[in-house]
Amino acid sequence: MRTFAYLSADDVATAVQAISTEPGAKFLGGGTNLVDLMREGVEHPDTVIDITRLPLTGVEELPDGGVRIGALVRNSDLAGDRLIRGRYPMLSQALLTGASAQLRNMATVGGNVLQRTRCAYFYDGTAACNKREPGAGCDAIGGFNRNHAILGTSEDCIATHPSDMCVALAALDAVVEVESVRGKRRIPLVDFHLLPGGTPQVETALEADELITAVELPPSPLAATSRYRKVRDRASYAFALVSVAAALEVADGTVTGVRLALGGVAAKPWRAYEAERVLLGAPATEESFRLAAEAELAPAVGRSQNEFKIELAKRAVVATLRQLLTEGGAA
Amino acid sequence: MRVTVTVNGEQRRADDVWEGESLLFLLRERLGLPGSKNACEQGECGSCTVYLDDVPVCSCLVAAGQVQDREVRTVEGLAEGDRLDPVQEAFVEAGAVQCGFCTPGLVVAAHDLLDRVPRPSDPEIREALAGNLCRCTGYEKILDAVRLAAARR
Repeated sequence: MRTFAYLSADDVATAVQAISTEPGAKFLGGGTNLVDLMREGVEHPDTVIDITRLPLTGVEELPDGGVRIGALVRNSDLAGDRLIRGRYPMLSQALLTGASAQLRNMATVGGNVLQRTRCAYFYDGTAACNKREPGAGCDAIGGFNRNHAILGTSEDCIATHPSDMCVALAALDAVVEVESVRGKRRIPLVDFHLLPGGTPQVETALEADELITAVELPPSPLAATSRYRKVRDRASYAFALVSVAAALEVADGTVTGVRLALGGVAAKPWRAYEAERVLLGAPATEESFRLAAEAELAPAVGRSQNEFKIELAKRAVVATLRQLLTEGGAA
Repeated sequence: MRVTVTVNGEQRRADDVWEGESLLFLLRERLGLPGSKNACEQGECGSCTVYLDDVPVCSCLVAAGQVQDREVRTVEGLAEGDRLDPVQEAFVEAGAVQCGFCTPGLVVAAHDLLDRVPRPSDPEIREALAGNLCRCTGYEKILDAVRLAAARR
């Protein structure tokens, strides 16, 4: 690992001031992804600004019934938080399916949002990767791409965003609050991550000098009946092949409210707007669930090894909605 | 920098530390505590698991600069004098040690599990230890050891 300068900030103003004058700097939170990428030589910041002492560790109820989550809340603390478990169970479940106990104890909310793809070719310095080296090509297309994306891909990149947490945040209409020396702004989570297009190296709407300070969840009575289902090769400690975050509200046999997002299928947490459109007002039946899943996955493109994900995603959507209908939300 | 950190209940100090080196390096190479093992250096294998402020973390991913004035408990800090912790005893008795490289991390992870969940189910044990990889694949004996330690508490 290359050496770097280490700074520590005690307040947000100091942190954003420091990064505004250090173009090659990175913020260090839990370190579970950045340090890993530095060891692999994928990331090589000149300066690391430790932000773990910033006072951004609260989970607070908002006057409107929503919840504000500080960017440095640990994944394990957020998963166990009573407000989150009661009002947004899909988020708690999603967090608990991610990584291992040790990593959840370290990883922060802001860092989880900013984690980078686990595409093996992105990590492998000897492979061609447009994300790591724009213009180099993509060894995943035509290579080992069983875990790769099926929606929103381009001929330059088929990597996925690996987060479970962000899939739930996308379904919940979360808003990311960011701050820099230029001030604060709010970015809807669904607009935060970008599809690769011709510039897969540009992954988020965050500017280089901006710090994520919080994630806000709007109130959602619907979300109290919600689930997160993750399909993977092992029962634990594996990234999703496909995952589904869903909330469902049914009255007199008709879908009156629905939130649906998919993970493991795209370079961003994939809010399933098309499926939601099909479901809203439709009878709450297995047939409707299937039609909605078909509609959402219609534009999906499989590659040499991940064609199976298209049907898998449809079945995972149907199974999750069926479970919400028959068993209700997560306990 | 000079790092001051409480390790296994004792205040320790190390000079000329590079803030960017890992807590694992600090423990092993500067403070003479080689119990925590250095295997993957990516947070994947759990061999370097230690308590940081009472929460198990991968010490290979923690920067030395981040532990200033904080509290660390390593596998060396579990025994009381010559008396092994019940989890350590159970690992010995169950034969849960093959090459031994993953053992310190697993002992800390199991110790934490039993503190939180005194009578864990098998799925709970599996989930709690998912972040600790045994390259000898001796998982059955490791599960036996955790069950044994739980039964004795």
